Amino acid sequence: MAHSGINVLFEGTNFARLMGGLWTAIWIAGISLVLGLVLGTILGMLRTLKSKIIRFILVLYLEFFRIVPTVVLLFLAYYILPRQFNINWPATWMAVLAFTLWVSAEFSDIVRGALESVPEHQRESGLALGLSQWQLFRYVLLPQAVRLELPATINLATRVIKTTSLLLMISIMDVINVGQQIIEANNQTYPTGVFWVYGLIFILYFIIDYPLSKWAKHLTAKQQY
Amino acid sequence: MAEEILKVEHLNKFYGDWQALHDINFSINKGEVVTLLGPSGSGKSTLIRTLNGLEPFRDGKLYFHGKEIEQDQKNWQELRQKIGMVFQSYDLFPNLTVMDNILLAPVKVQGRDKEEVKKEALELLDRVELRNHADSYPRELSGGQKQRIAIVRALAMHPELMLFDEVTASLDPEMVRGVLQIIKELSDRDHMTMIIVTHEMNFAAKIADRVLFLEGGKILEETPGKQFFEKPQTSRAAEFLNSMEF
Amino acid sequence: MSWTVIQQSLPNFVAGFRLTLWLSLIGIIGAIIVGIIASLVQYFKVPVLSRIFDIYVEVARNTPLLIQLFFLYYAFPVIGWKMPAETCGIIGLIFLGGAYMAEGFTGGFNGVSKTQLDGGRALGMSNLQLARYVVFPQGFALSMPALAANIIFLIKETSIFSVIAIPELTNTALDLIGMYYQSNEYLFVLVIAYAIILIPLILILNWLERRVRYGTFGD
Repeated sequence: MAHSGINVLFEGTNFARLMGGLWTAIWIAGISLVLGLVLGTILGMLRTLKSKIIRFILVLYLEFFRIVPTVVLLFLAYYILPRQFNINWPATWMAVLAFTLWVSAEFSDIVRGALESVPEHQRESGLALGLSQWQLFRYVLLPQAVRLELPATINLATRVIKTTSLLLMISIMDVINVGQQIIEANNQTYPTGVFWVYGLIFILYFIIDYPLSKWAKHLTAKQQY
Repeated sequence: MAEEILKVEHLNKFYGDWQALHDINFSINKGEVVTLLGPSGSGKSTLIRTLNGLEPFRDGKLYFHGKEIEQDQKNWQELRQKIGMVFQSYDLFPNLTVMDNILLAPVKVQGRDKEEVKKEALELLDRVELRNHADSYPRELSGGQKQRIAIVRALAMHPELMLFDEVTASLDPEMVRGVLQIIKELSDRDHMTMIIVTHEMNFAAKIADRVLFLEGGKILEETPGKQFFEKPQTSRAAEFLNSMEF
Repeated sequence: MSWTVIQQSLPNFVAGFRLTLWLSLIGIIGAIIVGIIASLVQYFKVPVLSRIFDIYVEVARNTPLLIQLFFLYYAFPVIGWKMPAETCGIIGLIFLGGAYMAEGFTGGFNGVSKTQLDGGRALGMSNLQLARYVVFPQGFALSMPALAANIIFLIKETSIFSVIAIPELTNTALDLIGMYYQSNEYLFVLVIAYAIILIPLILILNWLERRVRYGTFGD
């Protein structure tokens, strides 16, 4: 073979371009996670309130995101916002919006579950000390809930990272989109390039997600002992 | 003339259709120790919990220093700063160190100076012989140690009345004495006003100025401590005392 | 929003709907079979095989389905394995789903209490009998919530098949948008179509979960 396919990765700026695409995916995942966790915490808190109406609305919100596949969420943001509401953000921000809302819905359920599993006597002894509802939440329930919800949160993060693979569907220059361009551009010189480019991307995702899911598993095992 | 701290008048409590407390009436004066005794399910714990606003009740009145207690969240939150409570379950906050457990309410709720409360907390920890555990987390402590800390945490609020709800019931036998010792000392040395639910009859006999004997959610008798253990007024109380091992 | 547009697109969507259901069904059944085999092998720590399945589960769970599909559809033909898009989709879904199912079943099997195992051993049961009469039935009931979540998850993942041009629901909508630009209408029908599949399924699975739990543990 005149050209070993693996060299396609190092031809010109190819490798740097792939890393650039990966970075795009990572920061979209990062920002969406941060925003989604903040919003999700608030929604999760609200779901432990007594008001039936608030709880009902928030359950509908959660179920919507449970039913609609993430690809479709991306398309909804990508097509509906500009045409219907005249919002012409770059596609990356559309993706951040779709991911943030999705993360917040999933996370609200995690927060609710964690808050509800803090034992009742913790709440009572906080009240007996004269803590207000807010103080009880801030100093007693939330810190304990955070510990309980950490494994599920890490797992959610791994899902968000994997889901960034869909960004190419709304024309974002993520690592896969860059990969496709490199494959097409080098099809003549490196016919087996496709194998190496997708192989590298496959490995990149694994390298990011594997340690995270191992960590989540480790935490879960520790909490159960 | 003794100063009245808390008074309960015609208190009735229901769980659905089932009446848990029937027309409860009693009061407690400053420096007095009242012990609630009775078989399990007699309503002792329910009663003591209503005295801290943890159980709503259907009718009746509570007075604190002669003033009627309004039954709303805000009001109870104020009042709980003056009524300390320790529970059966270890209720320290696992996410905070011993010191932070003690500081939380005095600093955040009462807005007192942190350093000053800290100094006081260390003195209290000295009293319960746990000063060197100030920076430990609850999970590093034994059950008895946790309960001693829970008492310190309540005392740091400067309560006028302390409620103890079966605080030794989940402890290993060898831990019980240390906790009871502290409660006894609170009475002897500080003349703390206390309402105590307990199954430890020897302890109750030593500490109680007055005993309320409950059964089926009713107060069957109210007798001075010494007299109750020597010569209870009702046959039900006599049977109860006979059934308990001393 | 125009109802005529929606009406005219319905035959396309019905075809996409059928394909989504069909591919999901095969994918889920395959994933459950792979999952059960993998989790039993892992539970009983079968030498070599259990190590291989460990690696498989980690690789499949920690990489996106989309890149798995690209590999099957675009990269494999280079080394001479050319498969139709539908086949790639099903293989990808089983590859991914099998790992998720294995995790779920393993969780359930590990949840069977040690006293149950000791009880079985005390009766003189062999490992195989333990698996058949104790671990599997109880573990299966315990893994029902995970199984239900995975089924929903896999059906939603079929939407990713659209990237390799399988004309399932999402691909149908994208094609129509590409041709007629009526994105509101087509996306609306698309969301409704997923709701028609998933809402009844979620309700059925919840009901089933309770029944299996009750049937096995009585609470």
